[in-house]
Amino acid sequence: MGLFKKSNTNLPEFWKIYESQFKKPTSKNFDELTFVVLDTETTGFSFDEDRILSIGAVKIKKETISVQEVFEIYLEQEKFNKDSVNVHGLLKHGRRVCISEISALEKFLDYVENSIIVAHHAGFDLGMLNNALRRNGLPKLKNAVIDTGVIYRKTLIKSYLVQPKTNYTLDELAEKFSISKKDRHTALGDAYITALAFLKIISRLKEKKNFSLKMLIN
Amino acid sequence: MKNLISERVADFIKNFPPFNILDTKSLYLLAEQVLIVYKEKNKIIFTVDENPHSYFYLVHKGAVTLNNPTTNTIIDYCDEGDVFGLRPLIANENYKLEARAHEESILYGIPIDVFRPMAKQNEEVSVFLMESFASNTRNPYSKNQKGQLYGIEGEDDLKKEIKIPDLQLASYSKKLITCSPRTTIQKAAELMTEKHIGSILAISKGLAVGIITDKDLRNKVISGKQPITATVKSIMTTPVITYPKKLTITQAQMAMMKSNISHLVITEDGTTNTKPLGILSKHDVMVSLGDNPAVLVKAIKRTQKIKKIKQLRKSVTVLLNGYLEQNIPLGLIAKIISELNDTCIKQVVEISLAKMKSPPPVKFAWLALGSQGRSEQLLHTDQDNALVFEDVPEEDLPKTTTYFLNLSKKITKGLNTIGYEYCPADMMASNPKWCLSLQEWKNKLSYWIGNPGPNEVLMSSIFFDYSLAFGERSLLDNMSEHIFRTVEKYPIFLVHLANGALQSPSPTGFFRQFVVEQDGQHKDFFDLKSRALRPLIDAARVLILSHSVKGISNTWERYEKLAELEPNNNELYLACSYATKALLKFRTRQGLLHHDSGRFIELEQLTKQEKMKLKRTFKVIKEIQELITLRFKVTNILG
Repeated sequence: MGLFKKSNTNLPEFWKIYESQFKKPTSKNFDELTFVVLDTETTGFSFDEDRILSIGAVKIKKETISVQEVFEIYLEQEKFNKDSVNVHGLLKHGRRVCISEISALEKFLDYVENSIIVAHHAGFDLGMLNNALRRNGLPKLKNAVIDTGVIYRKTLIKSYLVQPKTNYTLDELAEKFSISKKDRHTALGDAYITALAFLKIISRLKEKKNFSLKMLIN
Repeated sequence: MKNLISERVADFIKNFPPFNILDTKSLYLLAEQVLIVYKEKNKIIFTVDENPHSYFYLVHKGAVTLNNPTTNTIIDYCDEGDVFGLRPLIANENYKLEARAHEESILYGIPIDVFRPMAKQNEEVSVFLMESFASNTRNPYSKNQKGQLYGIEGEDDLKKEIKIPDLQLASYSKKLITCSPRTTIQKAAELMTEKHIGSILAISKGLAVGIITDKDLRNKVISGKQPITATVKSIMTTPVITYPKKLTITQAQMAMMKSNISHLVITEDGTTNTKPLGILSKHDVMVSLGDNPAVLVKAIKRTQKIKKIKQLRKSVTVLLNGYLEQNIPLGLIAKIISELNDTCIKQVVEISLAKMKSPPPVKFAWLALGSQGRSEQLLHTDQDNALVFEDVPEEDLPKTTTYFLNLSKKITKGLNTIGYEYCPADMMASNPKWCLSLQEWKNKLSYWIGNPGPNEVLMSSIFFDYSLAFGERSLLDNMSEHIFRTVEKYPIFLVHLANGALQSPSPTGFFRQFVVEQDGQHKDFFDLKSRALRPLIDAARVLILSHSVKGISNTWERYEKLAELEPNNNELYLACSYATKALLKFRTRQGLLHHDSGRFIELEQLTKQEKMKLKRTFKVIKEIQELITLRFKVTNILG
């Protein structure tokens, strides 16, 4: 595989800028950190076969989201999976402005910088993003990742009669935290719901002993 | 750039003044630049004298209070859709009040530089904001001035019902009983007794010159400082503190606190130079503030919307605060507050039942567990509940269970809306494990009692403090009887329960100093709940169970019953009963003061006297734990 791996010097300028962000020191104070909460809508669940349809993200700084700073892009598709259209309502060549995968990645890297990425069932979204990066000859994302599905479980008290489930859907979280499910199943709508759930989970976890960033990152 | 989130924001703000007056284009333009701010409960949004933010705020979710920290009073209460923090928009100066999240809240920060030109173009917007700002309330239309500028038809009568203390005018007693400063104290006292009043006004040339109250008689006459033949003048408080007629309750409260007095004199122009019209006493304030429990119960029962119950519960807190201030016995306070809370829960169940497509297939009972079951829940905490329904033929069980689970989901959601957090351990009737038929519950209870591991003991201890919140009492009685019968068969269960009751960490260390938390968010705080209250609660449970006493779930009532059953331990049990009440009162006071559960206490904030009081209760805890160790021979299962 090493044969195909581009050496650092061949990587495009935008990647180098992205990479250089990680040399900057980050704050030790949890409240000073920047979080990018994201969601991707895809044509399906296969990392290899399927493609990202859209990426939505919001930035949280000091428990505040600026509406101006939200991220929402739609990707051009060559592959099209009929089945997932119903869920997401994104049609090929819909009225949205679509951009190529590579420029989507460039825009995303420029947006995310060295923030901590937050996503619900983050493994899936990160897998889709990393696969897209790989297709374009780029390394994996370097950001620390927090999965709201995982950290939500930490807010629950374990007792042997009442086992927390191993898996909580975003719908269940929205329900638990009384978050409106408006715009569910759009990338940005889901990212926003995830962001609110994230803030609410964090405020509950802060009460626990040994609260730290480390405890949250998988 | 317009996006989904800005659309969502615009969608919300367009429903509320002043944004409802803006045209769509400005609205969307504004929404694109909004900040969405999350605030944990009790977090400060801005403090007094803080530099103005470049935003003013609209409450999207939750609630915010505007406070005067020096007098520790709430000036205004902002609900969903209310704007606040307008000062920087109107006057270029620092904030005069503190804004604090009363609940977990989401706020929209509206950028002032974008908003200002829009407001300038639209006179109505400016008028609204000036009004809001000047009247200290963020929505001048919704209250008594409603309709002055332009009537909003049927603006939810939701708000009309709720008495916001700040806007309510204090009603004072207009029947003035007066005397002259030259009247003898004896005559004045006789007059006060005859008229059943606690204070009398001294009048000279038609103007109020002084006041004497019961307290003056106690302190200055009975103590022997003045003979009863002396004149009123020698003991009256002078000058009197006067206020004009239109005094709000908050103003009255602040005035009383400021001068440390209990009576205000109402005069024509608010000065001592005009005729007195009436007297406003602390008692009058209390009555108007806390409404009155009977009125509240009626209001709750009439409610058809769960959201409205939430509003009414605010009055319950006001009531609680007033009771504690007046030092009413805690047993009585707990009774009234629990009654009100029960009424709220019942109403939520009623409303949820009405939302179901069909009536319940069989009879059921909604159980309150834990502190609520013990009627010891004075502050809002988590919900712990369970549901039991009548036995049905086996083939009907799945669909019956599904029905009640759906109902439970509606009820727990409703309870969440009115302020009960979901139980983090999921001990709620919406959990299939806590929504069972009578037979299923019996099996579960038998299992806990027959196999008392640490978890079973823990489950029993939460469950055994149940009380009926709604529905069929016979189901509950049936369960209680089953518990007693099973416990008789497995006496070892009581030993385990007793052992569980001894597991709470000790409140004091070797040198009788308080033991504080070592780490976490509450480092150096004293955990009142697990170190002081829980041992007493747990001990009462195991003792009452060993006597097979049914139907008493309240801890101090359990101790009172025990005192009756075991005359030789009478004294200890009554001391336990007293200690429980004292600790709960303590916790409730702390909770109201810090607007939290009152569980963790900052020792430095306590007076010497309060610390002594706390330590006295610890002695009782130690004694009751010794009694349990001996009686149930707990050491046997440890060895």
